[in-house]
Amino acid sequence: MLLQALAFYVFAAVTVASAAMVVVSRNPVYSVLFLILAFFNAAALFVLIGAEFIAMILVIVYVGAVAVLFLFVVMMLDINLTEMREGFLKYLPVGAAIGVVLLAEILLGLGVLGSGSVTIEGLDKAGAQVLAVDNTRAIGRVLYTQYFYLFQVAGIVLLVAMIGAIVLTLRSRPGVRRQKISDQLYRPKDQAVTTVKVPTRGGV
Amino acid sequence: MTIGLGHYLAVASVLFTLGILGIFLNRKNVIVILMCVELMLLAVNINLVAFSVFQGNVVGQIFAMLVLTVAAAEAAIGLAILVVYFRNRGTIAVEDINAMKG
Repeated sequence: MLLQALAFYVFAAVTVASAAMVVVSRNPVYSVLFLILAFFNAAALFVLIGAEFIAMILVIVYVGAVAVLFLFVVMMLDINLTEMREGFLKYLPVGAAIGVVLLAEILLGLGVLGSGSVTIEGLDKAGAQVLAVDNTRAIGRVLYTQYFYLFQVAGIVLLVAMIGAIVLTLRSRPGVRRQKISDQLYRPKDQAVTTVKVPTRGGV
Repeated sequence: MTIGLGHYLAVASVLFTLGILGIFLNRKNVIVILMCVELMLLAVNINLVAFSVFQGNVVGQIFAMLVLTVAAAEAAIGLAILVVYFRNRGTIAVEDINAMKG
């Protein structure tokens, strides 16, 4: 039990520290790398409480796709780093005040929760399923039966995002000569071939 | 020395607060703001998964997966908009984005 608690504190501390580094880091590339570290440690936190499937999905989706996308964009856009951090100190008091108030409120709520939970009338205790099978199987049993339409809607969301990103970033440059095979194939005969009547002994 | 629900909720609340703080502090860089949004979504996911595990109900993890899907879609669209904006205007500073006079 002590080992698990120790692991939790290590992972939680690294998660929070790297999230803080995402915010305060000067270079956006470092921010992306710390974001990746934060996601890895959050995945470790998920593994600790037995949600292995979400942890692996988190690593694949966030680290493999989203963070690499961020990294590409950060490196593609040529950003002036020195003027990027101007105004950091200007917004520090307001931002810190809002952050402190928000954190105090959340921790106050947690403290109240620790002194005894609010009883909710009519909470369906029987609806809670006992996780007798492993995590992935339990998710699959519910996801592909009861929440199947939601699963398909998630796929449609991803499709729309993919098409939207392609439509937004695709551009047709004028003046670039490309081979258009369909135009070549569908050119009619009267546009391609002309018959020239050459008079006899006259030459062209 | 047992780890309870409150520990996970505390980590998630700190992460969420850091995300909001980052949105307020990084007024020059839209990319870092998008990363902070991802951090806040991660905090939400930690909350969902923690409640799901401690209640013994797997539905919270399914909702966390849907949140993850939406987060990926949001990152893709947001970065595409950012690339187009940078191509047209040559800057991504938040203060210069005032074309709509909102």
